[in-house]
Amino acid sequence: MAIMNIREAIVSTLHAEMERDSDIILLGEDVVGGNGTAGGPEAIGGIWGTSPGLWEKFGPERVIDTPISESAIIGAAAGAALAGKRPVAELMFADFVGVSLDQIWNQMAKFRYMFGGKTKCPAVVRLVYGAGMSTAAQHSQSVYAMLTAMPGLKVVLPTTPADAKGLLTEALRGDDPVMYFEHKTLYGVKGEVPEGDYRQRFGEARVVREGGDVTVIACGRMVSFSEKAADKLAADGIGMDLLDLRTTSPLDEDAILESVEQTGRLVVVDETPPRCSLAADICAMVAQRAFSSLKAPPQMVTAPHSPIPFARNLERAWVPSPQKVEEAVRRVLAFR
Amino acid sequence: MQFNRDELLGAYRRMKVIREFEERLHEEIKTGEIAGFTHLYAGQEAVAVGICDQLTVEDMIVSTHRGHGHCIAKGCDVKGMMKEIFGRAGGLCKGRGGSMHIADLDVGMLGANGIVGGGAPQAVGAAIAARIDGKGRVGIAFSGDGACNQGTTFEAMNLAVVTKVPAIFVFENNHYSEHTGDAYAVGTNKDIASRAEGFGMKAWRANGCDFFETYTAFAELLEYVRAGNGPAAIELDTERYYGHFEGDPQRYRGKGEIDRIRAERDCLKAFRAKVVGAALLTDDDLDKVDAEVIAQIEEAVAEARADELPDPATVADDVYVEYY
Repeated sequence: MAIMNIREAIVSTLHAEMERDSDIILLGEDVVGGNGTAGGPEAIGGIWGTSPGLWEKFGPERVIDTPISESAIIGAAAGAALAGKRPVAELMFADFVGVSLDQIWNQMAKFRYMFGGKTKCPAVVRLVYGAGMSTAAQHSQSVYAMLTAMPGLKVVLPTTPADAKGLLTEALRGDDPVMYFEHKTLYGVKGEVPEGDYRQRFGEARVVREGGDVTVIACGRMVSFSEKAADKLAADGIGMDLLDLRTTSPLDEDAILESVEQTGRLVVVDETPPRCSLAADICAMVAQRAFSSLKAPPQMVTAPHSPIPFARNLERAWVPSPQKVEEAVRRVLAFR
Repeated sequence: MQFNRDELLGAYRRMKVIREFEERLHEEIKTGEIAGFTHLYAGQEAVAVGICDQLTVEDMIVSTHRGHGHCIAKGCDVKGMMKEIFGRAGGLCKGRGGSMHIADLDVGMLGANGIVGGGAPQAVGAAIAARIDGKGRVGIAFSGDGACNQGTTFEAMNLAVVTKVPAIFVFENNHYSEHTGDAYAVGTNKDIASRAEGFGMKAWRANGCDFFETYTAFAELLEYVRAGNGPAAIELDTERYYGHFEGDPQRYRGKGEIDRIRAERDCLKAFRAKVVGAALLTDDDLDKVDAEVIAQIEEAVAEARADELPDPATVADDVYVEYY
């Protein structure tokens, strides 16, 4: 086991996988950086530092700096995947899905189905997402729910360095388009990462805590917030089952239902506004399939129905907090 | 350009198959048996065949909503296409795609596309792949005078120029984007090729209603791109004989316009006049092809009609390679 952070886990996985499979290519804005400047290619590996050293090692045919053209980035990835490559397309901010959505969900998501199951589109789109850095309404969104809703896409959200490696490796070895979400506040999270070949199967939630009194479902940054709430609640003798979904498509329905059947109390934490959200989706699924197990109405801890604000204190008010998770847990436990 | 007898007969046959396929669909659609949207390619055959006759199965094309011609010219199975359009289980896409989503990657046909302008970036991606493989393959985007106004097409042209990949942009200007004329919608005074030039590409222009002119211009272009000079574009001036979609009343057409273009700009008539005039083939040679093609399409329609419907139990199959 090596200790590294999520950023380092992503970088080392990209190096290892591109070394292993010459069909893997990377394209995006400033994945090299400095092309066409007096300073020359700087190879900083993008503004998030997630691709250093790749351009030097694998060359400009496989590591491609693109103009600011998100539709062309995703569309080129889709075409390259049809043509036999395994492209990794980077969206510097997940919000830019709005610019390139056609190529994601009218094109790559649907090729296999529309073409009668005879094609595959093994593209990985890396999307940097999430609030917490005062990047405001157009650079902070967690747009995983809309992509989870689209058949044909897989959606993964690593929260640990081990999962960052395992899920990215799985994405690069699979044959379906994968939306790989990287939370911008989690890049520095450190942890142990298994050496060598390490894959994390999709659709297998991570059991973060086993407490038995209440089921809390979270993904992304909301997992660590829920852990903080769990610590507070534990002091009062309240035990939390905490599941990190890891992937929202496929969704580990069994793990969710199994826990809810034992605790009878559900809280879903979601870093998005509430309407048509992942939280709403999971509450509906549980209501439909485990109604008789429920001892209290499921609670959703979400952001308000508003865009994401800029000011630090406003943004903190927008993002679900550990305190809100704690309050929701106490609410479902108090219900009689 | 010199063509031998087989090449000429083959080119004529492929154009005739497209024409007959589309003319027959035009009739079949009237019966109500074929569902959904169908956009016919009749009138533009010289473009698809003049270009695809010079490609190998390794070369990759992306097509448009008006894609039957590109599919046939690139080598998709005609019977499979007909079954697909009839929504049958034996269709090329098992009845999942229909007219707008026909694809066959085995012959380098990466897909028709229901989104105008959706394909151009994908052709650049195919060209990125082609350059890595180093076998001289090219990625081709067919686009119309509608798609030439989409931002995706602009982005794709710029990305191709910046990355210097072997991408080819074929602009088929049939003068109508849906119901709107190019005189209105194409801001560069109806000139699409100049846009490619504006992005820094070499561009060709040719009469898309003439197989030989299309072929000759594209041959130059293809040699240029295969030689590693980066992307290039060609604009073909062509005509569509039917509406934007089947059922389009075409009130936007001028009086007698369709009769005139069918009389004066028909690529099959022009081909026949040239090869018979030059004593390369005889009318009898071509009449024989016509009869064979009519029988071929008749058979395709009969087999499509007789084929099974897709099993509703399979409705959610083939979404993923695997999903667990």
